[in-house]
Amino acid sequence: MKRMGLESSFAIAEAVKMADADVISAYPITPQTHIVERLAQLIADGELDANYIPVESEHSAMSGCLGAAAVGARTFTATSGQGLELMHEVLYVASAMRLPIVMSVCNRALSSPLSIWGDHSDVMAVRDTGWIQLFAENAQQAFDLTLCAFRIAEDPSVSLPTMVHIDGFHLSHVIESVVLPEADEVKKFLPPLHPLYTLNPDKPLTMGAFAAPDLYAEAKKAQDEALRSSREVVLEAWREFGKLFGRDYSPVETFRGEDADVLLLTMGSFSEVAMEAIDLLREGGEKVGGIRLRLWRPFPFEEFRQAVSGAKLLIVLDRAVSFGGPGPVCAEVKAALSHLERKPPVIGFIGGLGGRDIPVKGFQEMIHRGRDKAAKGQFDDFEMFGVR
Amino acid sequence: METLGVYVPRLVSRRQGFAPGHRACSGCGEALAVSLVLKALGRNVIVSMSTGCMEVVSTPLPHTAWEVPWIHTLFENSAIVASGIEAGLKALRRKGTSLPPAKVVAMGGDGATFDIGLGAISGAFERGHDFLYVCLDNEAYMNTGIQRSSATPFGASTTTQPAGKVSKGQVTWKKNVPAIAVAHGIPYVATASPSYPFDLIAKVKKAAEIEGPTYVHILSVCPTGWRIPTDMTIRIGRLAVESGVFPLYEVEKGKYTLSYDLPELRPVEDYLKPQGRFRHLTAELMDKIQQRVTAEYEALRKKAASE
Repeated sequence: MKRMGLESSFAIAEAVKMADADVISAYPITPQTHIVERLAQLIADGELDANYIPVESEHSAMSGCLGAAAVGARTFTATSGQGLELMHEVLYVASAMRLPIVMSVCNRALSSPLSIWGDHSDVMAVRDTGWIQLFAENAQQAFDLTLCAFRIAEDPSVSLPTMVHIDGFHLSHVIESVVLPEADEVKKFLPPLHPLYTLNPDKPLTMGAFAAPDLYAEAKKAQDEALRSSREVVLEAWREFGKLFGRDYSPVETFRGEDADVLLLTMGSFSEVAMEAIDLLREGGEKVGGIRLRLWRPFPFEEFRQAVSGAKLLIVLDRAVSFGGPGPVCAEVKAALSHLERKPPVIGFIGGLGGRDIPVKGFQEMIHRGRDKAAKGQFDDFEMFGVR
Repeated sequence: METLGVYVPRLVSRRQGFAPGHRACSGCGEALAVSLVLKALGRNVIVSMSTGCMEVVSTPLPHTAWEVPWIHTLFENSAIVASGIEAGLKALRRKGTSLPPAKVVAMGGDGATFDIGLGAISGAFERGHDFLYVCLDNEAYMNTGIQRSSATPFGASTTTQPAGKVSKGQVTWKKNVPAIAVAHGIPYVATASPSYPFDLIAKVKKAAEIEGPTYVHILSVCPTGWRIPTDMTIRIGRLAVESGVFPLYEVEKGKYTLSYDLPELRPVEDYLKPQGRFRHLTAELMDKIQQRVTAEYEALRKKAASE
């Protein structure tokens, strides 16, 4: 075990190196580039034995991952924003064909206007692609969750691709203190990849046949069941991770949630700022707490309902717009609560778009504003926060 | 023919990698091409195929006509899926996994090759992956119903560029994709036709043995889309070669060689006339096509002679 200062992107590259990935198929895009640049350098220096495919587009980056994973190689890529959108159709194929690819997504706003800065527009656009999706909020988590992603994705009972989301710039380019495990500890945590089916001339098989209406629905039901039941493996991986490395993760993480009347739900690196705001409000005697969604897909219904069961108000921050509709996370949260008898009312905000910062003060203001609105019964679909 | 019956089984594998029972139209030149390609390649192969006729007719779940490992993911990416397979196998072998030998082969129709997948193919050629790309060219989007592609020849009527009262069908000349492949500096490019099965098999074998990216372009006669009787497939394929419309040649390390140097070409009319897709062509348009074919064939001949 050693502690060192690392940029989050480099921490992720370190995790991929320690996982001993076989193939990296990637295309440059800001703010993800530091991850793949670092991996290319590790390969160039002989520190990682992998084949790097410098492809000609993100569509091809993910397609290259399909081929490599189909022969049983441990496969990694990273992207952001437009890149994630360009690989959109390939993402569905990766999950439906049960290929355990791991991908870092440095969350970035979508054009137009062009913005290289962070928000969750790209995440929300790929919500339904069938990938397991985790959110990291600091460099240590970026490292830890990338390592966990390989174990979860490759578990034979799961065999599904997994995304680790980190906020572009706000997290990807931040240097923080990171604890790195020893190689033998990682080996204990992450067994070698042994996929059930691979393309092999000794055992010919057909991958990616087409389904007529008599079989398509069954294939989709089976896929959904696989994603839902991956939850157990996620929990088991995190239990084991906690035992080995002393850092614990769970699908929904609460911060000062005990006796909190008002809960603020956040995802990704903004949670860290929100927690500072909550600390300050607590100092002033306000009974507020935070919850962070660590696991976005499969949606942790049970843990989420449990986490908000005692609250009198839930405030949700979305960092993406569903044009003409409600905030995407807020809508999901409301649906998860809809049939419960005892549930907190929900107030939604949309903010932090295209790299717009929300400082500590901003979160304090958001919590107060949400509380005031709830007191006045102003339950609108959402309010844009910090926008002129 | 009797003597061929004696020798063919000695020259060509009896093994069918592409099993009978697939759902291709009768007279399908593309199914014939795939069958011959697999005879040439043998067992130790992994195929990555684009969406298209061959994918649809051969793999309705839970059936498959493929007796070799085969993967289909999307329309435009068979070359990059092949790149991933090749890179994955290389990494696994280098790191100690024991795997049987496997030539990686990508296949796609003309839509996948000329249009939607051209960027991915160019990328895979440029990166130098050890794989063979086979283009199964039937000169239009046949799977979706005979829409024009950039492989559709001048004058052909398709459903998206039909001949009509004021239109003569396709108004552009076929894109020269073999030349684009050659421009990448890859070690081997060839054209082939199922109407010349031994030539096709020899070229695919040669392409598979060469390390690095190789490209074999197969004209796959499509009775459904070309509007010809289903027993004319082989004949039309021969006429394409004999008229110079689809010359058979190889390009090894940039050096052109004509596989059949025809001292005199048949008139293109012989090739165009039997096909319903060219039925509307006037003598004037036929002449325009003749001039173009003659000029291109001469240019090809010069290239082959000069090198």
